[in-house]
Amino acid sequence: MSAQGHGPATVTDYIVHHLTNLKVGEGFWTLHLDTLFFSIVLGGLFAWVFYSVAKRVDSGVPRGLQSFVELLVDFVDTQVRETFHGKSELIAPLALTIFCWVFLMNFMDLMPVDLLPELAMGIGVPYLKVVPSTDPNATFAMSLTVFALIFYYSFKIKGTGPFLKEVFTVPFGPMLAPVNLIFRLIEEIAKPISLALRLFGNLYAGELIFILIALFSLGQAMDTLLDPAPFTIFVAQVILGLMWAIFHILIITLQAFIFMMLTIVYLSMAHEAH
Amino acid sequence: MSINATLLAQMVVFAILVWFTMKYVWPLLKQAMDERETRIADGLAAAEKGKHDLELAEKRAADVIREGKDKAQELLNQANQRANQVIEEAKTAARGEADKVLASARAQIDQERIEARERLRKEVSALAVAGAEQILRREVDARAHAEALDRLASQL
Repeated sequence: MSAQGHGPATVTDYIVHHLTNLKVGEGFWTLHLDTLFFSIVLGGLFAWVFYSVAKRVDSGVPRGLQSFVELLVDFVDTQVRETFHGKSELIAPLALTIFCWVFLMNFMDLMPVDLLPELAMGIGVPYLKVVPSTDPNATFAMSLTVFALIFYYSFKIKGTGPFLKEVFTVPFGPMLAPVNLIFRLIEEIAKPISLALRLFGNLYAGELIFILIALFSLGQAMDTLLDPAPFTIFVAQVILGLMWAIFHILIITLQAFIFMMLTIVYLSMAHEAH
Repeated sequence: MSINATLLAQMVVFAILVWFTMKYVWPLLKQAMDERETRIADGLAAAEKGKHDLELAEKRAADVIREGKDKAQELLNQANQRANQVIEEAKTAARGEADKVLASARAQIDQERIEARERLRKEVSALAVAGAEQILRREVDARAHAEALDRLASQL
């Protein structure tokens, strides 16, 4: 119903419109402004909330927002300490940032699919994809950063010699050095790709299902909505949308948790010899 | 789906976020939480110690009370003993006194009996003499018969 009027009319147009980023630039030097905007706003929200709590944190009885923030910090800290046994200034804050940021970006998926794009269209923005984690640029940005950290720590903690030795000799011993190298390369490359694509795929699929549910009443005029047939469809859409949204609460949290957890696991592997 | 410069921008955003969290958020929160942990642990330890001290104090109080009771009991026993002893002593003294009184009474009685017997003997002798005088109805030499009468009297 919201797609009528100035929006695209057909089903294909509607879906494509929802899956198109707001872009500037050409070729590789294209920027997805919507992805950047929402991820920066959400990242800023996370940083602001946590910083405002951290600034006036009190080691006495915690209250309100501080309790919530400490709950998250404690949760992340527990996960890190259970998995990672070295000492690192980086891993726990990294894990916290990933968990909160990914969760907030995923959370945008629970916004009504048409609400923000339609509002944007009202102020003259033609395209708006509101969920940054349905943009592979955003997910790969995180996974490649984590990948870079894996390499950095592999070299730093293990030392270049032992690390290269490990690359060539594990798991089949020095006789099969090329095979070991290929195995290791596949293993290492699979890490950022699986990290990024898992998050992207889950959220992209979730977003797509929201869009498909929204198709139920696409093109339906407001004044005919109370007729029996469109009304049935409308009720079906509400129920399906509600069920998927409730289920999606689990998915967005789970995906944020998985991304955080795997980051901790990969980085602790980089810290420990095989 | 297209990979483009957004990726680089997102990486920069991510790196800044992580750096910010690492620098300004995590240490402050973690420090406060660790501090609280220490305070809670200290508080619990203090509570445990207080409980322990209380237990000790209670034990000590119980000991003192028991000691006091024991001492009181001891004193009571001593007093009883002493009382018994005093009573015994008094009894003994009374018995001794009674014996003494009895003995002196007996001695006096004996004495008096002897005296009475002596007196009676004399009177009997006098009576015997008087009787003999009466019987004989004549002058008898009292002095000549006195020896025989005395012998008679001593056999009484």
